[in-house]
Amino acid sequence: MQEIVLNAHTVAIVGLSASELRASNFVGYYLQRHGYRVIPVNPNEEQVLGEQVYPSLRDVPEHIDVVDVFRDPAAVPEIAREAVEVGAAALWLQFGVISPEGARIAQEGGLAVVMDRCLKIEHARLLGRMHWMGFDTGVIAGSR
Amino acid sequence: MDEAPREFGFNTRSVHAGQRPDPYTGASATPIYQTAGFVFEDTESASAYFNLQEYGNVYSRIMNPTVAAFEERLANLEGGAGAVGFASGLAAQAGLFFALLEPGDRIAVAKALYGGSTAQLNHLARKLQITVDWVDMDDRDGWRRTVTAETKALFAETIANPGGNVLDISLAAAVAHEVGAPLVVDNTFATPYLCRPLEFGADLIIHSATKFIAGNGTTIAGAVVDSGTFDWSNGRFPSIAEPSTAYHGLKFHETFGVYGLLMKLRAETLRDFGAVLAPFNAFLLLLGMESLAVRMDRHVANALAVAEWLCDQQSVGAVRHPALPDSPYRPLVDRYLPAGAGSVFSFDLESGREGGRRFIEALSLWSHLANVGDTKSLVIHPASTTHRQLSDEELAASGVAPGTVRLSVGLEDVDDLVWDLEHGLQAARGSAVTA
Repeated sequence: MQEIVLNAHTVAIVGLSASELRASNFVGYYLQRHGYRVIPVNPNEEQVLGEQVYPSLRDVPEHIDVVDVFRDPAAVPEIAREAVEVGAAALWLQFGVISPEGARIAQEGGLAVVMDRCLKIEHARLLGRMHWMGFDTGVIAGSR
Repeated sequence: MDEAPREFGFNTRSVHAGQRPDPYTGASATPIYQTAGFVFEDTESASAYFNLQEYGNVYSRIMNPTVAAFEERLANLEGGAGAVGFASGLAAQAGLFFALLEPGDRIAVAKALYGGSTAQLNHLARKLQITVDWVDMDDRDGWRRTVTAETKALFAETIANPGGNVLDISLAAAVAHEVGAPLVVDNTFATPYLCRPLEFGADLIIHSATKFIAGNGTTIAGAVVDSGTFDWSNGRFPSIAEPSTAYHGLKFHETFGVYGLLMKLRAETLRDFGAVLAPFNAFLLLLGMESLAVRMDRHVANALAVAEWLCDQQSVGAVRHPALPDSPYRPLVDRYLPAGAGSVFSFDLESGREGGRRFIEALSLWSHLANVGDTKSLVIHPASTTHRQLSDEELAASGVAPGTVRLSVGLEDVDDLVWDLEHGLQAARGSAVTA
C-alpha cells in the first residue's frame, strides 16, 4: 500500500462525481492538491475538477498508475478486467467497495490490489497530516 | 516487497504513538503549540480546510497539533480509529451524547455510575428530552430486560465508581448490537493498559483523562475514542448519516467512512460547544501516558496490598476490591482485567458516619481530596462530605453506607500507606459505634 501511494503519479478515479459533497470528489480534489494527475472516469459526467471525463478506462489515452474505484461492488469485476487491459499498476477499491472477484481478476492480471481503504486517508497517514486530526496513523518512530 | 508493519508493544506505543521528533527543530518532546490560530498557505487551502476537503490546522477550538498527539496516543492504546480530546471527562461524555441523540431517544445506563455522570445524564435528559433507563449491571439479564428497539445507546463504566462493579462488556455489547445501538464504555478506572473494551465489542470509549491517564492530579481533561466500526448508516442515526446543515449537506458517515463520527464530533460538536482541551494540558497528558503501564502495575499491586491488609482489620466491615478472591466480580476481573482491577475501591468502617469523619481527620499521608487516579494516595468519606445532606436511608439508596470510605491508592510505599491507615482506624475505633 505504501509503495502505491508513494510511487503513483496518475490516478484514474472511476465513479468520480462532480458533486463537492461526494467522497469521490473529496478524494479527487485532495489528490490533485497533492500533486497527483487525476483522470475522471464516469459515463455520467463531462468535466470534473477541471479534467475531461472519460466514459470508461479503455477510453483514457494516457498511462494509468492507479485505478481508484468509487462504484458499487457489483461493478468491480468489469472495472478490474479493464484495469488489466489498460496495463494499470494497481487497483484501489475505496471504503465499502468490497469485491473478492474483482480483486482476484486484477491480481491475476498482475496488478497490486488494495480493498476497502481510502487513498486520501492512506496518503494522509504516510505523507500528509492525518496526525493532526487525532486519528491513529499507526506510525511509531523515534527518528527524525 | 514491503515488510509487514511491526506491531509494537504497549509500552513502546505509550512512549511514541502520536508524535515523532519535530522535523523542523529536531525537538524530541512534543512541542506545546500554545496558539489560538494558524496562518493559511493561501485562500484555496483555507477554503479546503474549512470544507473538510483537506486536513489542516484552522483554530485550536477545532484541532491543535499537541492535542492531536494526545488524541492519537490514546486512540492507539485503546485500539480505536481515532479520538477527540475535550476539556474534561464530563465534557467528552456530554459531547458524545449530544452528537448521537435526538429528542425522544432512550438510552440504557448502568445504575452504578459516578455521581457526576448520573447528574449530567439527568440534566441532559431534561433538556434534550431523552429517557434514561437505569440498569442493574450486576444482573446478567439486566441489559436484555431493559434495552428495547428504541434504545439508542448503552453506557456503563468498566469498573464502577465507587462500588467496584465490573461490566460484562461482551454481554452488554451483544445486547446493544441486537438493537443496532452502540455500547459506550467509560474506561477511566481501568485505562487501556488494564482493559481495552473495544476488543470485547464496545464501540465507543469515554475517558476522564484527569485520572490515571494523566496520573499526577494536575490536569482536568477528557476524550472520546471511536472504534470506527459501528455502522452509523443503519437508519437509526440520522445526525451522523444524513446531510449536515452545518457543512452544506455533507454526510459524515458516507464521506469519511471509518472516521465519520470522529469528524462530526470534532467539526460540529467540539466546534459548536467549545469544550476544548488546552494544548498545555494535552502536553501533560502525553507525559503521563509515557509511563502508563509502569504506573498502573504499581497502582494495582499497592491497592491489592492495602485491600488485603484492610480485610485483616477488626473494625473494618466490607472491603469492596473487585480482585479479592471472594469478590462477586472476581470472575469478570479474571476475564476482562487480568492485569488487575485498578486501584480505586471502597470499604466500610463499622463505626459509621462519625467513625468515618474521625478516620479521615486522623490521616496525615493520605490526601483528603475529591479525585482519583493520582500518584498520591487519596481518600474520601462520602457520608461526611459529598453525601453529607443525605439521611442514612438516602445514602443506602445511592449505594453508600454511613461508614463507606473510598480509596484511590497511589504510588507511595505500601508500608507507609498502611501505617497511616492504622492511625485512621485507631481514631475511628475511638468513636462510639453509630448506625
